Amino acid sequence: MTVADREREDGAATIAVPIVDSPPHEQPVAWRHRHVLDVDVLTWADIELVMRTTDAMREVLARPIAKVPALRGRNVTILFYEASTRTRVSFEVAAKNLSADVVNIAAATSSVTKGESLVDTVRTVEALGAQMLVIRHAVSGAPHLAAETFSGSVINGGDGWHAHPTQALLDLYTLRSRLPGGPGASLEGRKIAILGDVLHSRVARSNIWALTAAGADLWLCGPATLLRGFDAWGVRGAADGRRFHVTTSVAEALRDADAVMALRIQKERMAAGLLPSLREYAARYGLTRERLALARPDAVVLHPGPMNEGVEIAPDVAAGTQSLIEEQVRNGVAVRMALLYLLAGVRPA
Amino acid sequence: MSGRQIMTADEIRRATVRISHEIVEKQVGTAGLTLVGIQRRGVPLARRIAAAIADNEGAAIPVGALDITFYRDDLSLIAQQPVVKGTDLPFDLNGATVVLVDDVLYTGRTIRAAMDALVDFGRPQAIRLAVLVDRGHRELPIRADHVGKNVPTSREEVVRVQLEEIDGEDAVLIDRATAAVAAPVG
Repeated sequence: MTVADREREDGAATIAVPIVDSPPHEQPVAWRHRHVLDVDVLTWADIELVMRTTDAMREVLARPIAKVPALRGRNVTILFYEASTRTRVSFEVAAKNLSADVVNIAAATSSVTKGESLVDTVRTVEALGAQMLVIRHAVSGAPHLAAETFSGSVINGGDGWHAHPTQALLDLYTLRSRLPGGPGASLEGRKIAILGDVLHSRVARSNIWALTAAGADLWLCGPATLLRGFDAWGVRGAADGRRFHVTTSVAEALRDADAVMALRIQKERMAAGLLPSLREYAARYGLTRERLALARPDAVVLHPGPMNEGVEIAPDVAAGTQSLIEEQVRNGVAVRMALLYLLAGVRPA
Repeated sequence: MSGRQIMTADEIRRATVRISHEIVEKQVGTAGLTLVGIQRRGVPLARRIAAAIADNEGAAIPVGALDITFYRDDLSLIAQQPVVKGTDLPFDLNGATVVLVDDVLYTGRTIRAAMDALVDFGRPQAIRLAVLVDRGHRELPIRADHVGKNVPTSREEVVRVQLEEIDGEDAVLIDRATAAVAAPVG
């Protein structure tokens, strides 16, 4: 381990190597994180840097040839232990747009358990040349375990109920680009409602960190069975000066909201006795046009996908003029390009 | 302000105006001419050259901005990723004469990266290069078509161009590198 690496580990100031042709008064902004495992460890300056870098990646995506050589010769291995279309493909497209070499590994959930086998897999992909590892796993904390073993960078592509940092960052970017005052609008004081299965949602947990850090007035809403435990988050969040509310009332959550994010309802939740039926859920908590009318007329609608149309979101809302769902997918590629680019500047351990 | 001054504001203005005349002379007019400033200080320089051409010829030349960060050949060598400042090329490069504009020409690696970036946007009829200062020490077979001032330097020195649009005043300074790294300007 070099001195510079140790300093980075300690969070101390790193001294950049002088850059050819670049005057010394243009020092690179410090990105100190070797991994992106959740949003909660990012400072607001880190998040701003990700947002600014994402702007540049949006411009790359708009080019006739949407490909730059920034990560040429780097191996990005995508190791997904859970089903996914958009996140996996989004990471793959992002890495390829930066000219990285992409290796895709789709492990069946059944072949994998916690502990040894995951660590062995990580050691193996590293021996095969992986320099950056994107991992999705059904077990919360699995990417953290991988990061202890892997000498390169690990990006959490979603772990259990715990975290989905790239989704939260792309949601934040999308909101900032589309709310009044955007692009780059401040979310300070904006009312944002997250509606649905908050309990099992890693998207919701990472978004709570990102959106309250941005100063938003965040409302979590769903049936009481799917909000268990979040009252404690509300108390703690308020103690940290974050604006954070929990309610079972859709009307309370949506009234005058600037943005509404619907979460997917997983059918297996009914088997667990948490929901009486999908039809009842849709009737009481589905995001319909009538309910959306409670929000501000210019409110925007988000959904992390995949959608159950007609359950948590009505088809006409999902495809309506207020919906940013496709924009979220487009921004997802740009945000992931930004993170891969920033992490590529960090030395391996 | 530390460092020895090698160009004053007036000298920068005269060099910019002379370069604008040279560019038009070489192009034999302004048809098909475009200017692309390399981020960061090449961008205001390109705008100044375009303004000078507008004064002299009455022609509006399209000006773009190019960020070469993603095309650098030293991304894996430097400690942290440089901040990306953005590319904006609001015109068609196909068939155009593109004059790249930068503040300092040194190793030539920035210009190599800029040419790689440009050809991803289209196929210009020609790419030319205008710089305010050429300080020598090329590491690639690249030369400038239009030079404000040739300045012999040693590799230990740092040439610092300051422009009013970014730095509040116009000047070109020369520093010893060690002192400059120890005390970065905010």
